[in-house]
Amino acid sequence: MNFIRRQRYLVDYIISSMLRRKGKNLGLMLVYSLIVFMLASVMLFTHALKQEVGLLLHSSPEIILQRMVAGRHDFIPASYLEKMGRIRGVTSRKGRLWGYLYDPSVKANYTLMVSDEQALAATEVIIGSAIARARGVVPGDYISFRSFDGETYSFQIKSLLDHETELVSADLVLLNSKAYHALFGMPEGVYTDIVLSVSNLREVPKIAEKLSQRLPDTRPILKQEILRTYDAIFSWRQGILFVLLAGAIMAFVIFAWDKASGLSAEEKREIGILKSIGWETSDVLHMKFWEGALLSLLSFFIGYLLAYLHVFYASASLFEPVLKGWAVLYPQFQLSPSVDGLQVATLFFFTVFPYVVATIIPIWQVAVTDPDAVMR
Amino acid sequence: MLLNPAIMALILVSVVVVLMLAMATGFALQVLRHWDIRSGSELQLRLERRTYLISTLMSWAFAAEVVSLLLFIYNAESMSGQFVGAMCATGVLNVNPWGWPTLFMKIALFFGGAIWLILNALDNQGYDYPLTRLKYLLLLLIMPLVMAEAYLQLRHFLELSPDVITSCCGSLFSSDAKGVAAEVTSVSPAVSMWGLYLSGTAVIAAGLFYSRVKRGSAVFSLLALIAFGFALVAIISVLSPYIYEHPQHHCPFCILKSGHGFAGYLLYIPLFFATASALGVGVVGPWHHIASLTSAVNTKGRQLVHVSVGLFILFYLLATVYVMSSNLVMQGVWW
Amino acid sequence: MNRITLNNVTKVFNQGRPNEYAAVRGVSLTIEPNRVTCLKGPSGSGKSTLLSMIGCLSRPTSGRILLGEQMISGLPERFLTDIRRHTFGFIFQQFNLISGLSVLENVILPAYPLAPDHRTLMKSAHELLERFELGHKAESPVQWLSGGEAQRAAICRALINDPQILIADEPTANLDTKLSHAFMGQIAQLRKLGKTILITSHDPVVFDSPVVDSVVELQDGAVLQEAVDAA
Repeated sequence: MNFIRRQRYLVDYIISSMLRRKGKNLGLMLVYSLIVFMLASVMLFTHALKQEVGLLLHSSPEIILQRMVAGRHDFIPASYLEKMGRIRGVTSRKGRLWGYLYDPSVKANYTLMVSDEQALAATEVIIGSAIARARGVVPGDYISFRSFDGETYSFQIKSLLDHETELVSADLVLLNSKAYHALFGMPEGVYTDIVLSVSNLREVPKIAEKLSQRLPDTRPILKQEILRTYDAIFSWRQGILFVLLAGAIMAFVIFAWDKASGLSAEEKREIGILKSIGWETSDVLHMKFWEGALLSLLSFFIGYLLAYLHVFYASASLFEPVLKGWAVLYPQFQLSPSVDGLQVATLFFFTVFPYVVATIIPIWQVAVTDPDAVMR
Repeated sequence: MLLNPAIMALILVSVVVVLMLAMATGFALQVLRHWDIRSGSELQLRLERRTYLISTLMSWAFAAEVVSLLLFIYNAESMSGQFVGAMCATGVLNVNPWGWPTLFMKIALFFGGAIWLILNALDNQGYDYPLTRLKYLLLLLIMPLVMAEAYLQLRHFLELSPDVITSCCGSLFSSDAKGVAAEVTSVSPAVSMWGLYLSGTAVIAAGLFYSRVKRGSAVFSLLALIAFGFALVAIISVLSPYIYEHPQHHCPFCILKSGHGFAGYLLYIPLFFATASALGVGVVGPWHHIASLTSAVNTKGRQLVHVSVGLFILFYLLATVYVMSSNLVMQGVWW
Repeated sequence: MNRITLNNVTKVFNQGRPNEYAAVRGVSLTIEPNRVTCLKGPSGSGKSTLLSMIGCLSRPTSGRILLGEQMISGLPERFLTDIRRHTFGFIFQQFNLISGLSVLENVILPAYPLAPDHRTLMKSAHELLERFELGHKAESPVQWLSGGEAQRAAICRALINDPQILIADEPTANLDTKLSHAFMGQIAQLRKLGKTILITSHDPVVFDSPVVDSVVELQDGAVLQEAVDAA
């Protein structure tokens, strides 16, 4: 009880003391919040991207089967669907047709994909919203693509793709298989790749093994592997940014050290007075602890809040080009807000912990001021 | 792997903690050489002032270690997606031979740090600082542990290669496998339940005895360690299947996930802090005969024993609640 | 009632360095409870150093200091502070009030580490301020106070933890003669309350004052003349 009451008195004192030195504390808080803001933005953004990718891949097939010719990805004959035979655990399998098409007018690559579910007529397409933005078209308008033999084909835009999946659907064009063949001049009876759905995840590696035995010239790509790669890549990119920001953290640590050790004569005198009238070294240490705690908490909160707003409401405009990718057609999308304990803990170790460590010695130095210093 | 921010944070913390401890140790050597409480010399005054710095450094190092223990497990949990075969923290710890030792070292440091801080707090209440030499000797022993922990952790992270196909909790904590984990898993539910509750009763009884009679602190600590061991065994062999409601799922980490209502935190936090306070009682108790510490031993011992017994009771209550409210029925298996 | 006994007390600064010097050397004296004692001497005579050792602000290099039966000379700072805040109240030469805080906040500062109940603390602070005619200034910042008011605020602060012994270091150095006499009047008032008072001064208003029971004269860190009864 007494302990808590004592801490309350100390907090009371330090708040009034901090309010008397607004300028100095505001400066520190500004820098502190900025550091938290930068790191938190990076973390929130990559975490949200990771989640987005996870959500997108959630409904994608477990296995993609590609045919390899001379070590390069080649068309896969439709007969392979029969050739692979029945494999236990595979719930569905089908061939896909897709490809890339360069559009010189916006200097970007589109991904063209045949969609059977959408029941498109040969002259209809569904396009991703980034293409619609780049070309300035709306549903009902016509869009034209140049085919492999130089012909130009016009398509009516039936609708736009869902906004929520924009991260991967930004450059996507869905079309009829007839239109696809006309544009690319591909022979009939082949697919770009084959996709298989598997209901029990534990069977995936076994099935992949069987596939590569029965169809030795193919390569199975597993969804788990893609997820793993994405996970690693996002962590890695985040890590690179953190390394780049390490300089900023270092500067912040030096700044904090300087602020804590460069007390004004006024402040030093104040602590001398406190010690002379009966405050003990540990009282001063506790008081200074509360100063650091309040400052850190407030800065952390402000920085994190700003980062949250930046990432989820301003689409992370500062980091977008670095973290999202290298495509010309930037997806424009609202990330779904998510906060994660691991991130907060990591962020804490990158900001509050260095601050604390940097201030321990300066605080101790002022706390052990001679109690009789004011008498000299 | 090193560029993962959580891993960078963990390595940063371990390096900084080593530096902090190095500073403390350097000072401890000075104290062991020059400490003379009866002297009023300036050197002695300087040494006494330095003790405040050491206490502060140690408190922060300890706090950092506690958070880093949580972060380590949490990170292992979140990285499980990057390794073939890993479904939870167990898989990541299994990727190379350094994972488990790192975890154990972190737990050992948690208890070591708690003991040191309790001893330090006690010593600060005796006007002649009677335990100073002892506590700085102890500090010299903690230093190698901290360095070992930093080394093991670094090795663990450096050698985390995603190509390794690891084995996860399903294979490690299954009674058909070999090794300690498997043996713990295959402890019969009846034995571990009886062990859990008997050791619990014993430790609570010893705690109440100590708080009444002010004797038997060492026995209480020892019983607490035994109860801690039984509790861990019981969590793996009986409690987690109850929480997962799956008789074959024995993982001690999956209970930390949100899907299980964070049951793990509710069990581990009381258990760890109860054991740490109980060890504190054992550390405080023996100094009753030193005149300047008698009253401090009494108040501190009482506080610690109350905290410890309270947290143990909380742990056993929670464990019982999880067993009772589970839909899994092990009737005939252990009762 | 606690008598203070000093036995061969020495304080050396810059030990082991070329500029080593002894500020206090071999002082032995007894300070009787419930009286006003004045340590007199020119500046540099070691009276402040001696005062700080008696008041548990610092520790002697050698020698013993007893507060009643308790040896305080060998205690570490942590325990010295504990004794100090229960036993001693301090009034300093420059008043040493913290500017920016109100009179009331300054007065209750020594009580913070002891963490008394807030309402009780406020009550005793207001009582003290009333007794020293500062009740109306409680909420004003201390930098607005006149010299006499600041001095009285410092006295209130020294009394907030109800100490047995009051220590004043050159209390009249920043006051004019009229205010110095007024200060001695306040000291007389405190003596009536049963406090032991220890003052250092080289101001005749202080050591010639009828309030002072005994004067100890110091020179070069040693006692020149002990316990000259002023009365």
